[in-house]
Amino acid sequence: MSGFIWPEAKSGLIIRDRAKGVAVPKKYEFIEHTADLGFMAYGASIEELFAHAAEAFFEAIVGLESVEERIERAIEVEAYAVDNLMVSWLGELLYLYDTERLVFKRFQIKWIEDNHLQASVYGEVLDPARHEIKTGIKAVTYHQLYVKERKGGWEARVIFDI
Amino acid sequence: MSTDIEIQKLDDFRWIIPKKGKMKTEGLVYADERMLAVIRKDASLEQVANVACLPGIVGRSLAMPDIHWGYGFPIGGVAAFDMEDGIVSPGGVGYDINCGVRLLRSELDARDIRDQIPTLVNALFRNIPSGVGSRRKDLKLSAHEMEKVLIKGAGWAVSHGYGSQEDIEHIEARGCIPGGNPEYISQRAYTRGKDQLGTLGSGNHFVEVGYVEEVYDEAAATALSLRKGQVTVIVHTGSRGLGHQVCDDYIKVLLKASTKYKIDLPDKQLCCAPIASKESQQYLSAMACAANFAFCNRQLITHWVRETFQDVFQAGPRELGLHLVYDVCHNIAKVEEHEIDGKTRKLCVHRKGATRAFPPHSPFIPEDYKEAGQPVLIPGDMGRYSYVLVGTDTAFKETFGSTCHGAGRVMSRHQAQKAARGRSIVRELEDQGIYVRGAAKGTINEEISEAYKDVSDVVNVVHQAGIGKKVARLKPMGVIKG
Repeated sequence: MSGFIWPEAKSGLIIRDRAKGVAVPKKYEFIEHTADLGFMAYGASIEELFAHAAEAFFEAIVGLESVEERIERAIEVEAYAVDNLMVSWLGELLYLYDTERLVFKRFQIKWIEDNHLQASVYGEVLDPARHEIKTGIKAVTYHQLYVKERKGGWEARVIFDI
Repeated sequence: MSTDIEIQKLDDFRWIIPKKGKMKTEGLVYADERMLAVIRKDASLEQVANVACLPGIVGRSLAMPDIHWGYGFPIGGVAAFDMEDGIVSPGGVGYDINCGVRLLRSELDARDIRDQIPTLVNALFRNIPSGVGSRRKDLKLSAHEMEKVLIKGAGWAVSHGYGSQEDIEHIEARGCIPGGNPEYISQRAYTRGKDQLGTLGSGNHFVEVGYVEEVYDEAAATALSLRKGQVTVIVHTGSRGLGHQVCDDYIKVLLKASTKYKIDLPDKQLCCAPIASKESQQYLSAMACAANFAFCNRQLITHWVRETFQDVFQAGPRELGLHLVYDVCHNIAKVEEHEIDGKTRKLCVHRKGATRAFPPHSPFIPEDYKEAGQPVLIPGDMGRYSYVLVGTDTAFKETFGSTCHGAGRVMSRHQAQKAARGRSIVRELEDQGIYVRGAAKGTINEEISEAYKDVSDVVNVVHQAGIGKKVARLKPMGVIKG
């Protein structure tokens, strides 16, 4: 475990989609150090950033590929600052996972305004036969947390307690 | 990184971080030279210095030899605050409130049950729900009953037939932190916890069947009724989703409170408020509820461990003799009395990844351990061993009666997965005589021995420094992992 300084991503990180032969912006990447796990997420807009952050979250927990869209849930969260809104948003998803065993794969952010977010999320109830649980996440922390606008888009860094 | 933190050698096992800048006191780190080099690689010593900046800190900001970086406070950190001008911080306790360990002894001999270990472990695995989001279907409590759990802790379990009064006598704080008021528990925390009572959870939590491999102190071992070859059981778990949510809820509250009370925070996760403030009092009350949930959780799991042994060995409770040796908290803040400069003062002691280690004749330890001191349980990784220690007078004088709590990781989970790739960890452990069942393959691979520091290094430092005394070493035979 460490006091490792989590990296800040270079803005506008681009990866090449080999299948399509085109350059596409990266949605997120995991960062890990000893007892920690976190991610950097990117988006062209703040809405996209929050959607990609949620994708990273469930990718860490269960892997998005195995999740099907069978259930839709409406989510609304509020906070007093944009980085706290990120913690509240992921905290809400963690709560649904922990209490109703819901795993999600698609996140449609309707709007984010004044640190207030409304979204529809799509997924299903965890099925141990089809889903392999990869990581148990206890909480979303404030450690080295940030959400910021950079030229060409938005990015965030989030670290979990696992 | 901590490499630039100034450190002064006091003796072979004690290092001082001198008071600098905003620090109100110095830091004291327990480690040997070799460990210190490793500790310096992360920012945990900076965190020790950060804690020393908090208002009302009494004595030094302490670091146990298993210290590593944590959110806000370091893990392996101990700090005491004055009840009048000091603070309370949820980050000084951590997300898994009252994560802790209990040890059961038995009348069984390891050599007599070796062949039955797989049967026993499989039965434990069936009877004790484990893994992420694990829940118990046969223990549905009404909101009213759950409130009683949060107020009474292990006592609730015993009054409902899960254990005995003798168990209660052998739990830190008798299995109940006073002052828990369920009103301060959010609906969200309650909902996360309600189906998780009686479950192990995931991560490094486990139930381990082992035996006493080595006795270091015959007199203390006899006082604890431990003998070489004897079968033991360790239960390691905490307050599950309820505790995580309490921490999360109150970090939000105390972030605001830190601004309100104009507390200068070197790190957001250190958010805190004066002990007497409404915010702190509510946190302490909610924390007590979560701690009581954890005490009750370990008590219930103990009951199912006993039932499983009875089934598998077709023997009665007396014959099996599965008595509770002791149960300790690893993550907690407690109001305690300590002697400071010849005067007895009431303090709020935060132990995050540290164990209370009260000395012989302390009024706060069980009558039968009066001469030996309070048992301290230090779990290691599943492939090596765990230790039983007792508290000492030195610990009471120097560390507010605290010592280390475990080994600590050296590899990230991903690195451990990589190291385990292409190997059958379950098979490797079986070859060493350790039968393991886990909720997921991944969690077993993440917990491989080489991912952890050798707990004996940590224990040897506290023993030599005198803030804990080695009594016995336990060797695992069978483990269920969350």
